[in-house]
Amino acid sequence: MLAATVFFVLPLAALVVRTPWSDLGAQLTTAEVREALGLSLACSLAATGLSIVLGVPLAWVLARTEFPGRAVARALVLLPMVLPPVVGGVALLLAFGRRGLVGQYLDAWFGVRLPFTTWAVVLAETFVAMPFLVITVEGALRSLDRRYEEAAATLGARRWTVMRRVTLPLIGPSLVAGAALAWARALGEFGATITFAQNSPGRTQTTPLAVYVLLQTNRSAAVALSLVLLAVAVLVLAVVGSRTLTRHGAVLGAAGGGQGG
Amino acid sequence: MTRRGIALALAILVAAACTRGEGSETITVLAAASLTEVFAALATEFEASHPGTTVELGFGASSDLATQIEEGAPADVFASADEETMQRVVDADGADDPVVFARNQLAIAVERGNPLGIESLADVADPGVIVVLCAEQVPCGKLADQALVNADVSLTPASRAASVKAALATVELGEADAAIVYATDVESSDDVEGVEIPDDVNVVSLLPVATLRETNDRTGARAFVDFVTSPAGQRVLERFGFLAP
Repeated sequence: MLAATVFFVLPLAALVVRTPWSDLGAQLTTAEVREALGLSLACSLAATGLSIVLGVPLAWVLARTEFPGRAVARALVLLPMVLPPVVGGVALLLAFGRRGLVGQYLDAWFGVRLPFTTWAVVLAETFVAMPFLVITVEGALRSLDRRYEEAAATLGARRWTVMRRVTLPLIGPSLVAGAALAWARALGEFGATITFAQNSPGRTQTTPLAVYVLLQTNRSAAVALSLVLLAVAVLVLAVVGSRTLTRHGAVLGAAGGGQGG
Repeated sequence: MTRRGIALALAILVAAACTRGEGSETITVLAAASLTEVFAALATEFEASHPGTTVELGFGASSDLATQIEEGAPADVFASADEETMQRVVDADGADDPVVFARNQLAIAVERGNPLGIESLADVADPGVIVVLCAEQVPCGKLADQALVNADVSLTPASRAASVKAALATVELGEADAAIVYATDVESSDDVEGVEIPDDVNVVSLLPVATLRETNDRTGARAFVDFVTSPAGQRVLERFGFLAP
């Protein structure tokens, strides 16, 4: 048990210990670093937004409707969670690249080319992050006490009103937790981004890519950026594990219920 | 499975993992990405003439490998795509006495059939052309930037790839129209065509190889380095399109 804790704590402690604290401000304000941080923030928020817009309805369908092949559909939706990121990138390339299954038509008909663009980053991040949101929200929907919704319906509320005034507020904490997890996953995405969107400073070079590139020339900057990402990860865990959310069974109960279902 | 069965299986696995053949040695060689095909051939020939020896190859961007060596990666030999990166390792007391074993030049890799009719670096700078260069800290990236300066061409690449093979891959996959890579990479790939860069503008890089200070097998490492610089090794390099040192 102690060995397991040390195993996890040691690398993180090493990162903190080896941070160039005196230099931190200077390293984090260079043009390259600011560009990477800004791009990461914008893309990860866009990916989280897209995950919510697409993921909540998807979670609803998986939790509340019966249809043949639902188990298969669920497995497919959750696949990016276990797929090696770089494999996800290759798959995206084969689907949406210039010669891709869909990409070739996007190029021929609309002149749309995704690789090398910021949208490719958003797409890659959404691909890997959305399953986290779907599984969290789906679990919450499953473990919801339906009687609240039924009571609202018997009191005359229509389906959309029930959804808006009863269901969504009840799964609110899970939605926040799922969004936080999706955001963190999107922020940290590397393999799919570098394979599908490639490495273009200012356009597709997100923070993890910048760390990878800087490690070869400016170790201090790479470590400083790593510290920023570590701080973000800690923040997300604090949010997800917070008493408010766990009290509502947001992640653990929901995810457990979802997986058990 | 019984507990004893599991223990036995584990013991066999560990023994198999730890044991090498009697009298066999392994030489670990870290080489620049552009040396992927030629060093695989060199390793095969070396193993043939040195029975019992296995050459393990690790490829990557030279700057990437140099960082690994500086961090103490266990290897015996390092072959870099340029002298600057080798000097980094020498300065960090990682390597001794590098020796130049080949030279390489840049070329433009384009799709088979050259549909866009690219003939020069100036053509590549056209806004309609998607071109990929190596990252600035990778030798081929530095050289490409230098060649563009020589040709008085300025362009904005769509991406700066992590290694020369990654840059080449973007053209092989059809995502990029052109990539500035080494002439040897164009030769090794069946999926691309090469556009020559004129000599007065092109940049020639010198490739050094050296034994590493951290090596556990100085004689083996030395033997491999000597093989690379020997006439036999030089013939292999020539076959793959490398220029004589």
